[in-house]
Amino acid sequence: MLEAGFFYLFAAMSVVGGMGVVLARNTMHSVMFLIFCFFNTAGLFFLLDAEFLGIILILIYVGAVMVLFMFVIMMLEVNQAKIKEGFLQYLPMGGIIAIILMIEFVAASTSGVFHTEAIAAVGHFGRDVNNTVEIGKVLYTQYLLGFEIAAIILLVALVGAIVLTLRTRKDAKYQNISKQVNVRKEDRIRKVRM
Amino acid sequence: MIGLSDYLIVAACLFSLGVIGLFLNRKNVITILMCIELILLAVNINFVAFSHYLQDISGQIFVFFVLTVAASEVAVGLAILVAFYRTRRSIDVEDINSLQG
Repeated sequence: MLEAGFFYLFAAMSVVGGMGVVLARNTMHSVMFLIFCFFNTAGLFFLLDAEFLGIILILIYVGAVMVLFMFVIMMLEVNQAKIKEGFLQYLPMGGIIAIILMIEFVAASTSGVFHTEAIAAVGHFGRDVNNTVEIGKVLYTQYLLGFEIAAIILLVALVGAIVLTLRTRKDAKYQNISKQVNVRKEDRIRKVRM
Repeated sequence: MIGLSDYLIVAACLFSLGVIGLFLNRKNVITILMCIELILLAVNINFVAFSHYLQDISGQIFVFFVLTVAASEVAVGLAILVAFYRTRRSIDVEDINSLQG
């Protein structure tokens, strides 16, 4: 009963957060709503015995990715009025497509395919089952190749983001390290006969 | 008792909100990126719900991979946005086709 209450709370709040992301006039408010949505989804993950992913969602998503969004929004001067132009222009088409998608998904998920006896009878794991340990056991054995590919993807994204935003300024003064190191005494000192 | 279909309905709501957000906020690249995040979040809820109800931990591993790809996508997308802002002094989607050189 308590679990059902928490489920409806987290589900309703995450949907409210999602609506806020779409409808907020200010981009910064959208980010705040998305953070709210992530927190509530982390709650849903906790209800599904996926503690590790819930914490990952809060730490990495809210702590790193959304802060990156905030930095970019604050760095760029964005004309808010211009950006909301044509907001209602696309509402009919987008609304129709989204409502059709929604009806299809809900029809598929309530059709009874996912309502077999075995699925309905699933309880929670005991206190002795550690979700992080279970994920580690599978991730580092069966999915080791995928794990390494994920690491390479992150490395490529890291290098790519730096390369895209790096710029060498013409007006700044830089040190020439090799020239500094290779300097000899004769270059700098001049004997003057008095 | 909360069943699998309840979680799937929540994920469907978030997915549809993400799709409608893509249409409504066509002028704003940052909001488009956030709507993509919302869609990926809906996919993650589906993965975790199936992982729980089928008693198979593999679904959670795939959520891990989805999170990795989403994080790198955001990093590169925002880097492109910053680079674009430096050259054009705006992040208007209408101007972005000038990036093709």
